[in-house]
Amino acid sequence: MGKLKIGVLALQGDFEAHCKALERVSVQSSEIRTATDLEDLAGLILPGGESTTMLKLLERERLFEPLKQFGRWKPIFGTCAGAILLSREVVHPAQPSLGLMDLTIERNGYGRQIDSQVARIEVGNKTAEAVFIRAPIIRRVGSNVNVLATLDAAPVLVEEGKHLAATFHPELSGSERIHRYFAEKVQHQITCGASLH
Amino acid sequence: MNFQDDQFRLKVGLAEMLKGGVIMDVVNAEQAIIAEKAGASAVMALERVPADIRKEGGVARMSQIRIIRDIMGSVSIPVMAKVRIGHFVEARILEALGVDYIDESEVLTPADEEHHVDKHDFKVPFVCGARNLGEALRRIAEGAAMIRTKGEAGSGNIVEAVRHIRTIVKEMKQLTVLGKEELVHESKNLQAPLELVGYVAENGKLPVPNFSAGGIATPADAALVMQLGAEAVFVGSGIFKSADPETRAKAIVKAATYYRDPVKLLEASEELGEAMPGLDVSKMQESELMQTRGW
Repeated sequence: MGKLKIGVLALQGDFEAHCKALERVSVQSSEIRTATDLEDLAGLILPGGESTTMLKLLERERLFEPLKQFGRWKPIFGTCAGAILLSREVVHPAQPSLGLMDLTIERNGYGRQIDSQVARIEVGNKTAEAVFIRAPIIRRVGSNVNVLATLDAAPVLVEEGKHLAATFHPELSGSERIHRYFAEKVQHQITCGASLH
Repeated sequence: MNFQDDQFRLKVGLAEMLKGGVIMDVVNAEQAIIAEKAGASAVMALERVPADIRKEGGVARMSQIRIIRDIMGSVSIPVMAKVRIGHFVEARILEALGVDYIDESEVLTPADEEHHVDKHDFKVPFVCGARNLGEALRRIAEGAAMIRTKGEAGSGNIVEAVRHIRTIVKEMKQLTVLGKEELVHESKNLQAPLELVGYVAENGKLPVPNFSAGGIATPADAALVMQLGAEAVFVGSGIFKSADPETRAKAIVKAATYYRDPVKLLEASEELGEAMPGLDVSKMQESELMQTRGW
């Protein structure tokens, strides 16, 4: 079996930081800009950046539907803007999204850049650093969503089946724990998928 | 200087989020909305675009607060605004207003002919212009969390931005092959702190994102500076001084994403209206140049 390959949507944002984080957990990364780039991936990361910019490009470059299809079968991890794209409902203001996770998410939920912060959160009984930059707030989680971490009672790291979303930026922290966790989810999906056939 | 300081990381973090994108100059809420719809990753709120500042002359200051506030209220993307070089009180006012980034900019008339703002002392992040590595590192030493090439604002001519990004990239490459004792000498030549010179020598890049500005008028211009090493672009007069701003804005956004893909760049370059009129920078008087402002 070859090395696990996970793509990072590279339309705009901090995709390079995600590629580096993947390399640190020995996963092969690849920058994704077109639908054909998606072909041989086991999983995909939607990075931080401006969700409106990514959304416009997804629509204009006809990537919106291919990503939705990809998410039906393969794991996607969204951070910040990526979490917004994954959510079922986006507010403040409302905008279209892939709707792959049953979440309602509010853009710029904490305010502007001067309200950005580096916080300490509990993830699996360990303290982790979380970098929030003009971050969204998850206002509602569906019944199948598992909350993995919170900050001031709001979910900040959640999973639903194979997908994972963080409202902060694990790619900007020194720790690779969350990327390693996603890589394990991707590996698990491959193993389970194989056992079905 | 501690790059691991939480506040500095947050400032650089927002710059990271803007990579691969286009930051557009806008003078009112209507233009800001057009920019956001076109896919701008941020807007720069201004009273006049550089081409008009150049034409009208006089002292160019921080924009009217009402204009910046209107723009902040009309879009969900980050809003930046400019202060005069060294004008730390204009910066305090913009920080109190809550803009997301401050550009300490040579496009405005400098307020101080020796000093720039001590940017470490602010919670709001700053971007500063640079023409060469020494200038870039001095600004970073003062606390800038993003560097952009100066180019020649309002000229519609890419030649200066190309000169500046090439200079910075070349000077960084040169540092990577030097021995430690040579870096002390280079620090002296560059008039930049040894610690920052050492960082560049080790990493081959600046410790903060490196964007390009000043003269970008077409999708091809944007892709050119990005292929030369810029990580995102600022477009000032190039969009709203062109014949069809909306189409041009979308095209430049596309070019910033697909800057290495000639077929996508061809698509982005088709059906564009007239570009902004350009100026021959080599025929300009030294006193007409904006890039020489800043020290």
